[in-house]
Amino acid sequence: MSALLEVDAVRAGYGSVMIVHDVSLRLERGELVTIIGPNGAGKSTLLKAIFGLLPVSEGQVRLEGNEVTDEMPSRIVRLGVSFVPQTENVFPSLTIRENLAMGGYQRSGDVDDRIAEVLGLFPELAERPGARASHLSGGQRQALAIARALMLDPKVLLLDEPTAALSPVRRGEIFDRLQAVREGGVALLMVEQNAREALAISDRAYLLVDGRNAHEQAGPEMLANPEVGRMFLGLDSADGEDGA
Amino acid sequence: MTEILQLVLVGLVVGSIIGLGAMGLTLVYGVFKFANFAHADLMTLAMYLAFFVYVDIGLVGGHIGPFSFGWGMIAAVLFAWAGVAAVSVGADRFVFRRLRARQTGLLNLEIAALGIAIALQAVVQAIWGSAPLRYHHEIHEAWTFAGGLKLKSDQLLFIVLMPVLALGLYVLLHRTRLGTAMRATADNAPLAEASGIDTERVRMATWVIAAALTAVAGVMFALQSQLRFDAGFEFLLLPMFAAVILGGIGNPWGALVGGLIVGVSQEVSTEWINTGFKPAVPFVLLIAMLIVRPRGLFGSSIGGSS
Ligand SMILES: Nc1ncnc2c1ncn2[C@@H]1O[C@H](COP(=O)(O)OP(=O)(O)O)[C@@H](O)[C@H]1O
Ligand SMILES: [Mg+2]
Repeated sequence: MSALLEVDAVRAGYGSVMIVHDVSLRLERGELVTIIGPNGAGKSTLLKAIFGLLPVSEGQVRLEGNEVTDEMPSRIVRLGVSFVPQTENVFPSLTIRENLAMGGYQRSGDVDDRIAEVLGLFPELAERPGARASHLSGGQRQALAIARALMLDPKVLLLDEPTAALSPVRRGEIFDRLQAVREGGVALLMVEQNAREALAISDRAYLLVDGRNAHEQAGPEMLANPEVGRMFLGLDSADGEDGA
Repeated sequence: MTEILQLVLVGLVVGSIIGLGAMGLTLVYGVFKFANFAHADLMTLAMYLAFFVYVDIGLVGGHIGPFSFGWGMIAAVLFAWAGVAAVSVGADRFVFRRLRARQTGLLNLEIAALGIAIALQAVVQAIWGSAPLRYHHEIHEAWTFAGGLKLKSDQLLFIVLMPVLALGLYVLLHRTRLGTAMRATADNAPLAEASGIDTERVRMATWVIAAALTAVAGVMFALQSQLRFDAGFEFLLLPMFAAVILGGIGNPWGALVGGLIVGVSQEVSTEWINTGFKPAVPFVLLIAMLIVRPRGLFGSSIGGSS
C-alpha cells in the first residue's frame, strides 16, 4: 500500500526563484513527522507547495497514491488534507464557534456535532465558545487554529510552527493536543523550530537545509544526532544536553 | 430651538440615506479591501433604473398608504437592485477579478473603480439627459408634529427603514452561513479559501447584498430630492466616505452611525453657515477623524469592533 502522503523530488518557489529543490518525504497513516531546519531553509515554502498554495515546478505530491500536485487548496482540503499556517491562522473577528463552523464549511448538516467533538479535544476553547478569536491568548489562538483545521476530519494535518512565539508551558499544551490528535488517527506533518520538544514526540523527522533533504531519522535519533544538535538545536557540544 | 430640532430631523433623513449607502460601500471594502469609488454612481444608476420602470415603463400611479409613491415603486426598486447587482458583478468579472488575479496593487483597483464611476455617470447622462428628473410632480404635504416639527411621510419611512435594513444586514452577517463566510473572507481571505470556502461565490454575494442597499438608498435620495446624473459625485460620494471613515472602515454599523452624524451635522451647520458650504461639512469631519482617530469611532471589521 502506498504511503498516505508522498512528496517526490519536489521543486517549488516564488515565481522563478526556486526555494525548495528536490525534496522527497513521506508520511504514513497515523504518523507524526517533523521537519526541522534553519530559518529560510524553505520549510514553509514546502508546506505551501504541498497544499497547493504555491506552484510545484517539478516532482509530484501524492495522496494515498493519487497525484494531487498543483491541485487547488479547496480541492486538497476536500481530499482530506488541512493546513494550519504559521501566522494569520484564525479569523480574528469571528468567535471560536464561528471559526470552527468556517473550518467545517464543506460539511453538510452535522457541523454542530463536529464542533462539539473538536471542542472535546480543546478544553481551553470549550470554556467560552462565544469569545472572539482576537481576544484569545497566543496559546488559545494556536489551539483554535488547529481545531479549525480538524473540522473536516482530515487524514493529514500540515502544521507550520504551531508553537512559535509560545511560552514553554503553552508549547507543552499544544504538543499534548497534537499527540491527542494523532491518537485520533490523523497523520501530522509539522514544521517546528522548537526542535527538541517536537522531536521527542515525533515518529520520524526530516532535516531540511537550503531547500534540500539533509537527513531523515527517527525523531529521538535525530535529537541525539550530534551534527543536528550542533547546527540546529543550539548545542555547542555533542552531548546534546547543555547550551541553549 | 425648534429650528435646530427641525434641522436635526432633516439631518436624520439625509443621514439615513448616506448611512445605508455607506453600509454598502464599507461592506464592499471589508470583503474586497478597496474603496469602490463607483459606489456613489451605482446609487445614481439605481435611481434611474427605478425611474425607467416607474415612469418610463409607466408603473407610476396610486399611493401606498400616506406615501408619495405607489406599488409600482416596489417593482422599480427591485429592478434597480437587479440592475446594480448585474453591473457590479459584471464589473467584478471583467475588471476587478482580473486585477485581483494579477495581484496588481491597490492603486490599479482604485483607478479602475474611478473609471467605472465616470463611465456610469456618462451612460446615465446619455440615456436620461442632464436635466433633473422627479418620480412625481405633485406636491407632497409634510405632517406637522408636536412643537411644530415638520416631516413628510416618505421621510419618516426613511428614518424607520434604515434600522430595519441594518437589522436585516446584521441577521444576514451574524446568523447565516453565507454571512459568516463573508466576515471570514473579509478577515482573512487566504484562510477562508484554505478552509474550503468558495471565496469567489462569497464575493459575488457581497456585490448582490451591497446592491440592495445601494438601490434602496439611491431611490430614497431621489425621492428626497431629485434624480440628477451627477448626484453620485456631487452629493453622495464624499458624505459616504466620511461616514465610512467616521465609523471605522469596513464596519457596517459604524458606517450607519457615521452616516447619521454626517447627515445631522451637515443640516445643523446651515443654522450658522451658508447652505452653499454644507458639502464642506463631511469633508471637515473626514479630515478631523483621519487626524484624531484614523481607525474610526468603532474600529474596522465587518463584525463590528475587534
Ligand atoms: N512570498 C515570498 N516571496 C519570495 N520569497 C519568499 C517568500 N516567502 C519566503 N521567501 C523566501 O523563501 C526562502 C525560504 O522561506 P521559508 O520557506 O519561509 O523558510 P522557513 O519556513 O524554512 O524559515 C527565504 O529565503 C525567503 O526569503
Ligand atoms: Mg517558516
